[in-house]
Amino acid sequence: MSQLLPPSPDRPGENYFGAVAAVAWKDLTAELRSRELLSAMLIFAMLVILVFNFALELDKKSRETVTAGVLWVTFAFAGTLGLNRSMSVEKDRGCLDGLLLAPVDRSAIYFGKVISNLAFMLIVEVIVLPIYSVLYSVNLFNPGLLSVILLGSLGYVAVGTLLATMAVQTRTRDVLLPILLFPVVIPVLVSAVQASKGFLAGLEMSEIMPWLNLLIVYDVIFIAAAFMTFDYVVEE
Amino acid sequence: MSSQPRALIVLNLVSALLLAASYYASLVYAPLEAIMGAVQRVFYFHVATAWVGMIGFVVAAVAGIVYLWKKDLKWDEISLAAVEISLVFFFIAIVLGSIWARPIWGAWWTWEPRLTTAAILEMIYLAYLLLRQGIEDPEKRARFGAVYTLLGGISVPVTFVSIRVFRTIHPIVVAGANAEAQGGFSMAPAMLQTMLFAIFAFSVIFVTLFWHRMRLSALANRVEQLKLKVMQ
Repeated sequence: MSQLLPPSPDRPGENYFGAVAAVAWKDLTAELRSRELLSAMLIFAMLVILVFNFALELDKKSRETVTAGVLWVTFAFAGTLGLNRSMSVEKDRGCLDGLLLAPVDRSAIYFGKVISNLAFMLIVEVIVLPIYSVLYSVNLFNPGLLSVILLGSLGYVAVGTLLATMAVQTRTRDVLLPILLFPVVIPVLVSAVQASKGFLAGLEMSEIMPWLNLLIVYDVIFIAAAFMTFDYVVEE
Repeated sequence: MSSQPRALIVLNLVSALLLAASYYASLVYAPLEAIMGAVQRVFYFHVATAWVGMIGFVVAAVAGIVYLWKKDLKWDEISLAAVEISLVFFFIAIVLGSIWARPIWGAWWTWEPRLTTAAILEMIYLAYLLLRQGIEDPEKRARFGAVYTLLGGISVPVTFVSIRVFRTIHPIVVAGANAEAQGGFSMAPAMLQTMLFAIFAFSVIFVTLFWHRMRLSALANRVEQLKLKVMQ
């Protein structure tokens, strides 16, 4: 089929990166029109921060030590919400079958979903950070912290997209994703929290570097592992 | 199919004898530890059960990879059997460790790398079983299970390293004395013999249980087939 048609932006059959971009673009356009997922993630993230405010009594002193933890728990919870939704939409309306019929490498679908999920997570984070800064008068605009958030979200989404694809195909799909995801993603949370804490406390780079290295290693290993196993997860 | 093969019956017997012998070795043969006293004797079974728990996890991950490669449901059964047995043994190891830690560290539990990793490993086993429960199609169940054991198998060492960056207080017995480890001790020859014997005994017990579990899944498959035959 794809040999008969010349590759074009509308028919990215031959071009791997074109296919990745097409899948991601499809998700982003759909989200731009409905705004279902982003609004749910955002409101949920705000609620988590609100709950933390009462649960931890975020006064000035405790804020310095727990800000990194509160932020990452918020991102992780909002992230699960988004991942589950983004994959169950594909499954419910039969879109996943359509995607699988497309004459592209299956991993292109995976990377496309990773990019769109990462975009959703980053958008939520970009909105939550200034709000948190204002509410608790902490300056979170630190290039180091932003790089940690990028690396941490990438690792989280890379594993999360793979596991969400599995979770939505099971009977217990509504509850399964966090149970599958959290034990596997603990290295990301540990090192992201520690690195964020380091940047917020203004520690030396040499003390933060081990955590950043760990994040990078995790990202590389798990993107590779998901790339290799995604085929088995969507096979019928 | 209905009765146990002779080799398995022998293995049952050998396992029981080895278990009894390693009870004797750890309670009587091994000398009393000078500082910690009798509670140190828990250590032999703690190491042996933790060893079996780790072995099972490796077996499950390897069997998962082989399944994805060969697509033979036999390998999925191996994976599941290994996870089920390891789940129990690892839990025993954690409980025994707590019994030791209470008098020595003064707490049942500390958030220390090995303990935390052990707890996360148990969570991965449980998540694996929950994942399988939610899938009807055996072939899909096997594929998803294999992918998850693979992810778990990669993430556990990374988790360990990530928590290791904090200082550890778990005794590193085999690698020799460690100044930071509270409750570490150097082993007398009889202690080392007892530990190695316990590890051997529990490895045999693992094999025995594994065989029983494989027979169980073979029998379950047969029941399933007979049911289908009756319904037709």
